[in-house]
Amino acid sequence: MKRFYLLTALFLTLGLLVACAPAAPSAPAATAAPAAPTAVQPAAPPPQVITIGYTVSQTGKYNVESIRQTNGLKLWMKQVNEAGGIKLSDGTILTFADKSYDDESNTDRVQELYTRLAAQDSAQFLISPYSSGLTSAASVIAEQYGKVMITTGAASDSNYTQGYTGVYQAYTPASKYLTGAVDLLKSDAPAVKKLAIVHENDKFSTSVVDAVKLYAEAQGYEIVLFEGYDSGTTDFAPFINKIQQSAPDAILGGGHFQDGSTFARQLAEKKVAAAYVALLVAPPEPTFAELGDAAVGIIGPSQWEPQAKFTAAAAKGAGLTWAGLTGEEYVATYKAAYGEEPSYHAAGGYVAGLILGEAIKAADSTDSVKVKAALDKMDLLTFYGRIKFEPGAAAHGLQIGHDMVYVQWQRDAAGSLVKEVIWPKEGRTANPITR
Amino acid sequence: MLGQLLASLTDGLLIGIVYGLAAMGLTLIFGVMNVINLAHGPIIALGMFGVYLGYTVLGLNPFVGLLLVGVLGLLLGVVIYTVAVHRVINAPHLSSLLATFSVNMIIIGVGTSIFSTSFRNVDFNLGSLSLGPVTVPGTRLAAALLALLVTAALYLFLRRTRPGKYVRAVANNRTAAGLMGIPATRVLALSFGIGTALAAVAGGLIAMSLPFTILSGGAYELKSFVIVVLGGLGNPIGALAGGVVLGLIEGIVPVFMQTTWVPVLEFVLFVLILLLRPQGLFGAQR
Repeated sequence: MKRFYLLTALFLTLGLLVACAPAAPSAPAATAAPAAPTAVQPAAPPPQVITIGYTVSQTGKYNVESIRQTNGLKLWMKQVNEAGGIKLSDGTILTFADKSYDDESNTDRVQELYTRLAAQDSAQFLISPYSSGLTSAASVIAEQYGKVMITTGAASDSNYTQGYTGVYQAYTPASKYLTGAVDLLKSDAPAVKKLAIVHENDKFSTSVVDAVKLYAEAQGYEIVLFEGYDSGTTDFAPFINKIQQSAPDAILGGGHFQDGSTFARQLAEKKVAAAYVALLVAPPEPTFAELGDAAVGIIGPSQWEPQAKFTAAAAKGAGLTWAGLTGEEYVATYKAAYGEEPSYHAAGGYVAGLILGEAIKAADSTDSVKVKAALDKMDLLTFYGRIKFEPGAAAHGLQIGHDMVYVQWQRDAAGSLVKEVIWPKEGRTANPITR
Repeated sequence: MLGQLLASLTDGLLIGIVYGLAAMGLTLIFGVMNVINLAHGPIIALGMFGVYLGYTVLGLNPFVGLLLVGVLGLLLGVVIYTVAVHRVINAPHLSSLLATFSVNMIIIGVGTSIFSTSFRNVDFNLGSLSLGPVTVPGTRLAAALLALLVTAALYLFLRRTRPGKYVRAVANNRTAAGLMGIPATRVLALSFGIGTALAAVAGGLIAMSLPFTILSGGAYELKSFVIVVLGGLGNPIGALAGGVVLGLIEGIVPVFMQTTWVPVLEFVLFVLILLLRPQGLFGAQR
């Protein structure tokens, strides 16, 4: 009897052990039917909000250009988001949000704020501030944090010879900014022989005038005055007296909006006789017309003008990819959003967003390395013109596809001030006039 | 070259007279109460904004706006004196420097938050006057003439009126003036008010021809320090002469060298005057 209890206890214990053992994977039943396709698709990846970081000069000397640049960028983001965002091949929908701060037109603030954007705000992509000087400061930070940064409103060539790998320029470089004005004079004003170059002593303007001086001298022009003025100069009387003494046929130079428009006003007040005046940045701005008679005859290089006619058909003819909306659509939507004509600074802001969006589409990813590879290969035509970047290490990211146009303020038949495209000849809407 | 020299001399003379007016406010305050007003620059900027707002918001002719700026400047000066300076008037120099520097920071801070640091422009044109190689914008000529007028009025006030004589008496010996029945505290407040009004009016005159920001007064404050040293600390008429000297330097130097050398030479002159003739070119007057 005792043996019976022992055997029973042993069997029960063994049975319990077997019952508690993990179940062996069961072999699929030979007769089981193959699983039917499920009626519910795998869940789509959740939509992603991509943060674009940048600073805007809401105050300080760059505020006019910088605010317009930001207007352009915001318009692009609004349009993309309202159209449902960018869809990647895995179904991910990307929409865009911005994170921005006022840099006060101050380089020190730019360094501090771009560090904050990259490190604390986790901005995935960056857009440059306005101006070459501020962008130079932001580029260092973008590179340190491995961010892709599209620069706009920043034309200085030297920013692209620093070995940066993720900084891409939307603007035509400074070295080509005013050379077209020399070509214009050679073509339309052969009597012009003497040039005076008076410029702001900043990174961008110095790059421009150094290049144009070499170019003009090579074309046989005599440079009778070559002098810089400090950023923030408001009284140009000493320079104007020098200009009058050297009696040039044409004046080239300027810097940015504030000094350029003040310089133009004081040239008119002092009745300077030079037949042609071409100044950087200020003349293409619509508000330059507020100078009235002082604006008449002033020429300015522009990255883009509303009259520019780049189309999808032109892209096809040139074997380029067309991207974005047409010039007419851009002008109409900008006017509807901001109630004013877009300047080239606004177009530059918009196209910076467009470039980034097209690069993400081409990369099919938001990964910085893949987006950089897409930017290196990019060759687009947009309403703003052609976009192509130097892929080589010597000047990586430099804009090599885009060209300038030159505008001049003239009075129309009704006496109103209008901005006409006078160069290149094939894009001309009016012949150049003398002041 | 002669044409450029004439044009540069004219420009320098005209702007120098306005510089002189700005410096006169600084030197008057120092002369009367031995206080270096570090709020001088922001007050010049407030004068600029006064004319700007009068023109753009109220539609006032800038010359009418200047009158308003002068009156408001006087009141502002009295308030600044009463609130910030009076308590430290007999304290060591550092206290009054800190007090006026605090006023400087308050004006700049409030001004920046209201107006930002963007450039403003009084778009007022009086045409230009040409004589041979010299072309002078009407606004600059008018500014210089008005500055001369204000200087003459100040001279007459100090020399011919009873309150002006009180100011001179307090500047000469505050204690003795008090013993003679002159209300020294009120005279000090009035003097600070007049100095502030002069700075504000000078700012308004500058704003009629040059663009400006709320920070623009700083550059004119620096020039004012050079001018008061040139003209003699505490000597209002010397300040006008010092302003003209500085303006002429600014006009003539660019004829012979790059314009960027102008501030270098101005401050070399400042140091030389301090070393060689600390009483100024025209003698300090207390």
